Amino acid sequence: MSEVVKFGRPKGFFETFERRPGSIKKNMSYCPGCGHGVLHKLIAEAIADFGIQDKTTLISPVGCSVFAYFYFDCFGLQVPHGRSAAAATGLTRANPESIVIGYQGDGDLAAIGFNAFIQAANRGENYCVFFVNNAIYGMTGGQMAPTSLLGQKTTTSPYGRNALTEGYPLKVCEMVSQLEAPVYVERVALTSPANILKARKAVRKAIQISMEKKGFAFVEVLSGCPVNLKLKPADMDKFIEENMTKYFPLGVFKDVADEREPVKRAVPVYDREKVEETLYRAMPGGNEAHESLDSPLFDRELRVKIGGFGGQGVLSLGLILAAMGKYRNLNVSWLPSYGPEMRGGTANCAVILNKGAIGSPIVDSNCDLLVVLNRPSLDKYLPELGENGVLMYDSSTIKDAPKVKPGQKAIAISAGDIAEEFGNLKCANAVMLGAIGAMLTKYYLTPADAAKFQETAEAAIAECFAGKDKIVKMNAEACKLGFTKMQNAQS
Amino acid sequence: MSQVVKKKFRCHPEPNECKGCGRCVNACPKKLLKLGSALNIMGVPYAEYVGDGCIGCGACFYTCPEPGAITVFEITGED
Amino acid sequence: MEYSNKLLLKGNEAVVYGALLAGCDCFFGYPITPASEIAQTAAEKFPLLGRTFLQAECETASINMVMGASAAGRRVMTASSGLGISLKQEGVSYIATMELPCVIIDVMRGGPGLGNIAPEQSDYNQITKGGGHGGYKVIVLAPGSAQEMCDFAGLAFDLADQYRSPVYLLTDGVVGQMLESVTLPAPRPRRESPEWALDFKVNPRTNYLTSIYMEPADLEKVNIHLNEKYARIEENEQRCEEYLADDAEFIISGFGICGRVIRTAAERLREEGIRAGVIRPLTLFPFPKKAFRKHAEHAKSFVSVELNNGQMIDDIRLAIECSRPVSLVNRMGGNLVTVDDVVRHVRKLAKGGN
Repeated sequence: MSEVVKFGRPKGFFETFERRPGSIKKNMSYCPGCGHGVLHKLIAEAIADFGIQDKTTLISPVGCSVFAYFYFDCFGLQVPHGRSAAAATGLTRANPESIVIGYQGDGDLAAIGFNAFIQAANRGENYCVFFVNNAIYGMTGGQMAPTSLLGQKTTTSPYGRNALTEGYPLKVCEMVSQLEAPVYVERVALTSPANILKARKAVRKAIQISMEKKGFAFVEVLSGCPVNLKLKPADMDKFIEENMTKYFPLGVFKDVADEREPVKRAVPVYDREKVEETLYRAMPGGNEAHESLDSPLFDRELRVKIGGFGGQGVLSLGLILAAMGKYRNLNVSWLPSYGPEMRGGTANCAVILNKGAIGSPIVDSNCDLLVVLNRPSLDKYLPELGENGVLMYDSSTIKDAPKVKPGQKAIAISAGDIAEEFGNLKCANAVMLGAIGAMLTKYYLTPADAAKFQETAEAAIAECFAGKDKIVKMNAEACKLGFTKMQNAQS
Repeated sequence: MSQVVKKKFRCHPEPNECKGCGRCVNACPKKLLKLGSALNIMGVPYAEYVGDGCIGCGACFYTCPEPGAITVFEITGED
Repeated sequence: MEYSNKLLLKGNEAVVYGALLAGCDCFFGYPITPASEIAQTAAEKFPLLGRTFLQAECETASINMVMGASAAGRRVMTASSGLGISLKQEGVSYIATMELPCVIIDVMRGGPGLGNIAPEQSDYNQITKGGGHGGYKVIVLAPGSAQEMCDFAGLAFDLADQYRSPVYLLTDGVVGQMLESVTLPAPRPRRESPEWALDFKVNPRTNYLTSIYMEPADLEKVNIHLNEKYARIEENEQRCEEYLADDAEFIISGFGICGRVIRTAAERLREEGIRAGVIRPLTLFPFPKKAFRKHAEHAKSFVSVELNNGQMIDDIRLAIECSRPVSLVNRMGGNLVTVDDVVRHVRKLAKGGN
């Protein structure tokens, strides 16, 4: 007599379960009559029939199916309780060519992991989820699940689930089918052979959607837990069909598979030129454009503090100074007011320029150049000015000349007024920048370095306001104007 | 003159892979499976195929939660 | 067009540039001050190179997305701050047990509780001792500048691969927010999927990743294996920067922004004739015990400068086996230790005070 196997152990399972400890290697670890085994077979059969085992990862949850990777002959990943959807997202985004199958129980998906699940569904992640709803926590010993029925007695609802205290059983298919992104949502039951064949069809359809990269497919599976529900297998099926399906009706809740185009994901770019073009800064001359300075001023740390009212351009003036330093091959640091100092609408930033390494980026004493654009900043920061420090202040708001110590300089520039005359009060900081240039030129810079000031300032302004050509032009002009005005005042 | 050949099948429950849940017994439309009284290596009474007349519907296979406890063969030739 | 690799970047931006140049494929994160610029910069730059950026629904999800992407064989990172890191710890424990490489950035803010958004260093114990449940450790790097945020991102990915471990960049709000000149490294080619990855293009489907071992003997084996790895890391990967330390009577130590403050403080103290030196740990796990032990031979006293309630100080004491006094200069709540604070403290020590 010759015969062929019509129905037999699915090839999607390992021939023997070597990862399973103990002597039983042919069976799974589920209790007699457990629905997990039935669903496992349907999935194992499908991945083998579709020839996708080599590229499939099945995610084992926490719950009775925590050891699913003992059984399925494909890649396996075991994840924390409820985090299946997040891990699946990571897998499918990182490698869009792989086929990802999520397998979750009712506690894992509908309680601890519901947010991760519903968000992945809402993003339309390209993977499929099989959700085993057996109305009970199995592995931990028969506690109440989010899908336990009203009145159902469990070890943590010993008087029966009460809607007033435990809420209603969670209708996951009904909820997820309301979202735009999911492609396919169906609820099936592992009861009669006819229902199991419907479940088989649903399992295959969901996996096919993943293979076609059409997005999120979801199958809720009403499944028996005869041990924890204390029911004989025949009564188990009856409980599902008579009690569970009343509240959790079977059927297709959503199916837009035919309308959906495959999900397209970007291809990572590693081409060296493309990466440099994206991350480096486009600049005529490249690094060679950076010419070093020789003024002894920068042989040690030059510590600058800029203070004013929020909106006066305090932070961007600091940024431009820092960018100028970088453009001339100095090490620079720029630290904005941060933390408790931010209160009260005042803004300040510290800038340090140095040929060598910069120590603390904080300027709270020994300040070499203090620039203040309003009175409160003057009062607050003047004590931080160092022995031979220079104070520059906006005399359009600070009318009386501040008293500085011997050795210190106080230099006035009516930056606000000049900017207003120039046509834009917002350029007061650029006027101040020009004034700083004139001051440095007079006292500190070598003629060669001084000659580069405006060019450097313009390059820095262009960098700080990249893409805003009008603003760049206006600030460059205001800087030039500030330089001239200061130079005239100084001579 | 052609003759319609009726396909023949055989169901084989593997005693030592059966956990004795009885789902196949309920599922078989021809009532050809039953739980015996002998115990297998796991210590449970296992399903047995009694008599013949299996129609190869696969109800027992799909309803069985064990991976390889039930195999349904199609008989392709007689000796 | 010609390009310059010298940029002005915040620490929080530099770390993203460093990661992309090191071949990072995916970023999963959730916004939180003062780390948000990391997610923002990643959101801008990753898509330009076809890499994956995804804002997760929560910190827990983001770390598990990291797990998935790492399992797939890709270089992946996430970033957060204190309280967000606390939420990630469950996932980190799994990732460490499955020995998946990934990079996590913690830009520390004020704690405990909701605390505030100002700089602190109070996650030191949480991160350097493992952080989540179970006896695992993670490699912890301590960048103190925007340049190091960039460079250490690359180093972190390499160490993560070498030791199959999560690697943290542990820094504070100041380093994250501070803008500095950064010289970007050259772009690196894509790192091929490792042999353990769930990547069908290079590996057989027999690969699987798990962290559950029901048999006590099996789980003990895993723990022994992990701890042997941590011992190897302690032996080989201690890193620190020493400055003026060789003849120092007073060794000042601090990481992140404090590492910068103490450098300036040591210079000032030297100007006053006080022989102060600096050990700035660049790895916090492994703690650079060897350097501390070496300098304990000549130093009279050690000072730990921290923005917390005194956490790293315990590691200094352990490193030198309490052979010298170790004192603390610290601020909490988002306040900064100043150069003057440190100078005054060491001056007092030099005069024989405590």
